[in-house]
Amino acid sequence: MSVRTTIYIPSPLRPYAGQHAAVEVEAATVGEALRALVTAHADLERHLYDEQGRLRRFVNVYRNDEDVRHLQRDATPLSAGDTLSIVPSIAGGAGPQQPAGPPAWATGADGLPALSPAELLRYGRHLILPEVALEGQRKLKAASVLIVGAGGLGSPLALYLAAAGVGRLGLVDFDVVDESNLQRQVLYGTASVGLPKLDAARARLQDLNPGVRVDTYATRLTSQNAFEILEPYDVVVDGTDNFPTRYLVNDACALKAKPNVYGSIFRFEGQISVFDAARGPCYRCLYPDPPPPGLVPSCAEGGVLGVLPGVVGTLQAMEAIKLILGLGEPLIGRLMLFDALGMRFRELKLRKDPACPLCGERRTVTELVDYEQFCGLPGAEQVAENVGLELSVRDLEARIARGDDFDLIDVREPQEFEIARLPGARLIPLGSLPARVSELDSSREIVLTCHTGQRSMRALEFLRGAGFRKLQNLRGGIAAWSREVDPSVPRY
Amino acid sequence: MRITVLFFAQARERAGRPSLALELPDGSRVADARAAIARRYPALEALWPHLALAVDGVLVSGDATLHTDAELALLPPVSGG
Repeated sequence: MSVRTTIYIPSPLRPYAGQHAAVEVEAATVGEALRALVTAHADLERHLYDEQGRLRRFVNVYRNDEDVRHLQRDATPLSAGDTLSIVPSIAGGAGPQQPAGPPAWATGADGLPALSPAELLRYGRHLILPEVALEGQRKLKAASVLIVGAGGLGSPLALYLAAAGVGRLGLVDFDVVDESNLQRQVLYGTASVGLPKLDAARARLQDLNPGVRVDTYATRLTSQNAFEILEPYDVVVDGTDNFPTRYLVNDACALKAKPNVYGSIFRFEGQISVFDAARGPCYRCLYPDPPPPGLVPSCAEGGVLGVLPGVVGTLQAMEAIKLILGLGEPLIGRLMLFDALGMRFRELKLRKDPACPLCGERRTVTELVDYEQFCGLPGAEQVAENVGLELSVRDLEARIARGDDFDLIDVREPQEFEIARLPGARLIPLGSLPARVSELDSSREIVLTCHTGQRSMRALEFLRGAGFRKLQNLRGGIAAWSREVDPSVPRY
Repeated sequence: MRITVLFFAQARERAGRPSLALELPDGSRVADARAAIARRYPALEALWPHLALAVDGVLVSGDATLHTDAELALLPPVSGG
């Protein structure tokens, strides 16, 4: 009975077999299998058989690890799971070029995972690169990469690393796919809006490459769980969108001696580096202290051109693969700056800072800390106090309907104000508030608003510091107003 | 001496331009450039303590010296992803 059998072709004969390293045939015996092979690849025939149609003397054929000459030659039967290997002798018949049996890449006998015929086809363009080849592809299959953040950077990262055949991918994210993500987060489609990101990501990645193991961590990365989540991975990639998590990823990687492939974006510009504290500087060597909250806008506040994370995330994927393969020059000790508007790449040389508290000469950071506090974010007490200063959109609606006397100040940017505005709101962008504070009357009640209520809370904190007392923040901003009060106000 | 200042990310926004040619007394240091830049662009001052600084492509501290035709890069941290 015929069974499906894989025949491994040695490299000298691959030019005559369409460059295939392995060919699958249906056959009941070794003779049938070889005939099927030369039927499919006619050029091979004269290399395997002499004029009389006999197998040439220097061609050795092994069923699994046995020479068929010691079995029943052409009549040797094949059963399911058997493999055949063609092993040419060195010219002159001095014996086999390699040990008997299928090669290590097909069995994994040398410790790296084996590749199947289907994988040879899938990764063919890698396999013919001498810098990758079979060994490199098997290293990718053996490798594991943790991607922190499945957003703008995480999307191209996950797609390219899965496509490349990295054996195990971990994804950390706790968000749900939002319509406003689709402009740049190419891992998701319209049908995924409202779904947890990791569910949608898993489905897309498994479709792209079913051979990749995808592990998902539907949680925020914290000082409590970071070591446990990072532990199984060879390489960590930072695709987060906030400073506390960036410092956390940096510190956890340095303390556990794992390379951290860093990427970060702002509007039209990006930064890329590889922080590997064992071999070079870390993120703290570049930025010892985080900026105070609100000084540097996030993508949600400042906007971002959708292609930008595509460029930066793809460069991170390239660096991750280079680290796995030990290929080229990793971006260790160098910071790459990408400027999309000028279309320029600039490289800065980074040095390990001897005074770095994490990786320098006198280390004071020897365990993970509270990164929200480190980055100056309000603690639980401050949050509770601020909540007391908040006003719901329903309350605002009622106050407007009653004709209450107060000033409604919108601290968004002019281009946002143009998209949508609240009735009676006056625009003073957050950045110009310090210069325009004299336009406000501290004796009157002031309600502050923005897109989602975060920037207006910072405006409130600023005004409180400037001596204003009758302040309230609109919880959820104009987005909540549109959802709960007036759907005719556009959301963005 | 004349140097070129390169503004990145938020520094570029606060300065309203990607670069600036700046005339400084000979022997000036990065800190002197800071003072001259702050006079022109006061909005940059709040960013200064948080900038990474590079001269001719190498990360430096505020007391690094400058030279004619030096390129001083002002690099705020960015966190988007």
